Amino acid sequence: MMQLAVHDEPLLDVDNLVVEYGLGNRTVHAVSGVSFQVARGETLGLVGESGCGKSTLGRAVLQLRRAKSGRVLFDGEDLTAMEGEALRRMRRRVQLIFQDPIASLNPRRRIGDIVAEPLIIAGVKDATERKRRVHEVLGAVGLDPDIVAGRLPHEFSGGQCQRICIARSLVLNPEFIVCDEPVSALDVSIRAQILNLLEEMKARFGLTLLFIAHDLAVVKAVSDRVAVMYLGRLCEVGPSEQLFAKPAHPYTDLLLQAIPVPDPDVRPVEGVAIGEPPSPIAPPSGCRFRTRCPRADQRCSAEIPELREVAPGQFAACHHPLA
Amino acid sequence: MSPPLLTIENVAVELPTPRGNLRAVDHVDLSLEAGRTLGIVGESGCGKTMLSRAVLQLLPRQAKLTGRVMFDGHDLVRLKPESLRRLRGRDLAVVFQDPMTSLNPVLTIGTQLMETIQEHLELDAPSARKRSIELLAAVGIPAPEQRLAQYPHQCSGGMRQRIAIAIALSCEPKLLIADEPTTALDVTIQAQILDLLAREQRRRHMAMIIITHDLGVVAGRADEVAVMYAGRVVERAPTQALFKRMHMPYTEALLAAIPKLDTAPHTPLPAISGRPPDPTRPLKGCSFAPRCRYAAERCREAKPELKGAEMPGHLYACFHPIQMAEGIGA
Ligand SMILES: Nc1ncnc2c1ncn2[C@@H]1O[C@H](COP(=O)(O)OP(=O)(O)OP(=O)(O)O)[C@@H](O)[C@H]1O
Ligand SMILES: Nc1ncnc2c1ncn2[C@@H]1O[C@H](COP(=O)(O)OP(=O)(O)O)[C@@H](O)[C@H]1O
Ligand code: SF4
Ligand code: SF4
Ligand SMILES: [Mg+2]
Ligand SMILES: [Mg+2]
Repeated sequence: MMQLAVHDEPLLDVDNLVVEYGLGNRTVHAVSGVSFQVARGETLGLVGESGCGKSTLGRAVLQLRRAKSGRVLFDGEDLTAMEGEALRRMRRRVQLIFQDPIASLNPRRRIGDIVAEPLIIAGVKDATERKRRVHEVLGAVGLDPDIVAGRLPHEFSGGQCQRICIARSLVLNPEFIVCDEPVSALDVSIRAQILNLLEEMKARFGLTLLFIAHDLAVVKAVSDRVAVMYLGRLCEVGPSEQLFAKPAHPYTDLLLQAIPVPDPDVRPVEGVAIGEPPSPIAPPSGCRFRTRCPRADQRCSAEIPELREVAPGQFAACHHPLA
Repeated sequence: MSPPLLTIENVAVELPTPRGNLRAVDHVDLSLEAGRTLGIVGESGCGKTMLSRAVLQLLPRQAKLTGRVMFDGHDLVRLKPESLRRLRGRDLAVVFQDPMTSLNPVLTIGTQLMETIQEHLELDAPSARKRSIELLAAVGIPAPEQRLAQYPHQCSGGMRQRIAIAIALSCEPKLLIADEPTTALDVTIQAQILDLLAREQRRRHMAMIIITHDLGVVAGRADEVAVMYAGRVVERAPTQALFKRMHMPYTEALLAAIPKLDTAPHTPLPAISGRPPDPTRPLKGCSFAPRCRYAAERCREAKPELKGAEMPGHLYACFHPIQMAEGIGA
């Protein structure tokens, strides 16, 4: 098995994960053999275009969607082999934060009850203890528990709803959180507040994060390493700084060029982002990026490129990586 | 200099709510010439959409609009509904954040395109069909002939936005208003849509208003930028001048809050603390004062007017502007 620059025993070790959806008599190849590791205390960023399988991957890691094959080792134990009570116990240690903060809160329940819900599911019977925990996490995310606990979700803005979601995800003292596009639905100014909050919470509660987004700059702001995904496969994985300074995979390079730069002297490069990703029902043979890749040749359609180390700690799945 | 294609004069929009009157747009003046692009930037809820709806005369029924909107010689506020309908969709087109706002889910793409074209351009069916195919090809849709028979739900989000743009462009509008056309889309698709708009604009010498919350989106693409806060324009300048030297603390804060690719991971972002004021409870002083790090006594007492800086065309509304040249300023 390949080692991805993880020094200690990884907290999460995902090995050759395959996840598919049935669509009538066809198959959506959402995740097709993905492997990566996350060290304890690390933030791994996961980027890629809409529909490339990021959420599916995140949900399969947490066993909210069962994989067709492959393994997910969490703290040395294989989650894909777990069921019933064992899986439920394990789930207390891992949490998920969603993209749409407003839609992920039950509109008819009070904030205090929403945040307490994981405690009830986990069987915390002592109401005083639950209240203490709820107050603690609401305070931690910058909300005044006495004011917000009795209110309903519609009284809050998107940014505040995301704070509430973060509080809810922290209430069981998890070790690992999958953040699925936690700031994509938010404005630039609120986005910065929430990213800072996630960083603070990570330090304070000793968390390990899988941080999913489609915006590279957002991902870079919080990640130690970044994995780039395209149509169900990983293209490139590496330390954030290095990956952004010297992308080896043509797709990483394309994503970097597509980011709007807040500087009028930097003219947007036109025509960088030609075409849209092909359908995951019938992904291209060989390298899945070949239909949009300027470097594609015969070999790219015949042979699937494997992740190979191109620089210390940096891996790219490409037959003709950028120098 | 040619006279402006669009002038917005002292436009205000008020909406009655159970909490009281909500001033969504607070006396805005703007103008735009043919072939030019204006970027309108600001946080969610600052009034960008309501301002563009005021121009389009598509406000909610209970909204109260004051001021004047002159477009291509017409006073839109006073125009008869019939003339207005003819203008919209032909000379005055719009693309919304959610393309499904302008697409009809039960009609094929071909029907929607051809209906718009036939309604405004008096073409027969075969010519309208031919033109529809050309338009879909122009906005980068592969196999446009086959697309005509498809329904919107059979297309991806990026594809739908292209189709909405094709419909908006179908009658060669003089002005296109794009309200957060890429906010719901990915970076690569966003880049494609913005490229597409820029290309079509040059080709048609069309004026364009791009509305966004991201200064990065307008930096390379607008000739002029207007920054809105709490219903007002608080800074306005030619794009180059604005980015070279911004005078409003709010504009500076908006720019600083964007994560940059050249910043090291785990560097805390300079977020703007708090939120904009409740629009049903306008503040006596500067609306940005509760969040502004330069705020002083006077900022809480009086409202700064929008006025000129040392550069022509650069306006700001602030008592303590930043980055002023020596010896000039408040
Ligand atoms: N139909 C309506 N009735 C009452 N208030 C409204 C209505 N539509 C918008 N508003 C209010 O008007 C103000 C400006 O809204 P507008 O949608 O124009 O802002 P925006 O900057 O475009 O926001 P966003 O980016 O969230 O779309 C906000 O306070 C909003 O809550
Ligand atoms: N329940 C489902 N049934 C069928 N296809 C699905 C389902 N959920 C997701 N997909 C498909 O799987 C692919 C990956 O989806 P997803 O994981 O949601 O991607 P992302 O989060 O990156 O947008 C997409 O092509 C999507 O349309
Ligand atoms: S393997 Fe070939 S098609 Fe794929 S990214 Fe590399 S050069 Fe492009
Ligand atoms: S007027 Fe005062 S509070 Fe308002 S932006 Fe300027 S310095 Fe800040
Ligand atoms: Mg997703
Ligand atoms: Mg809007």
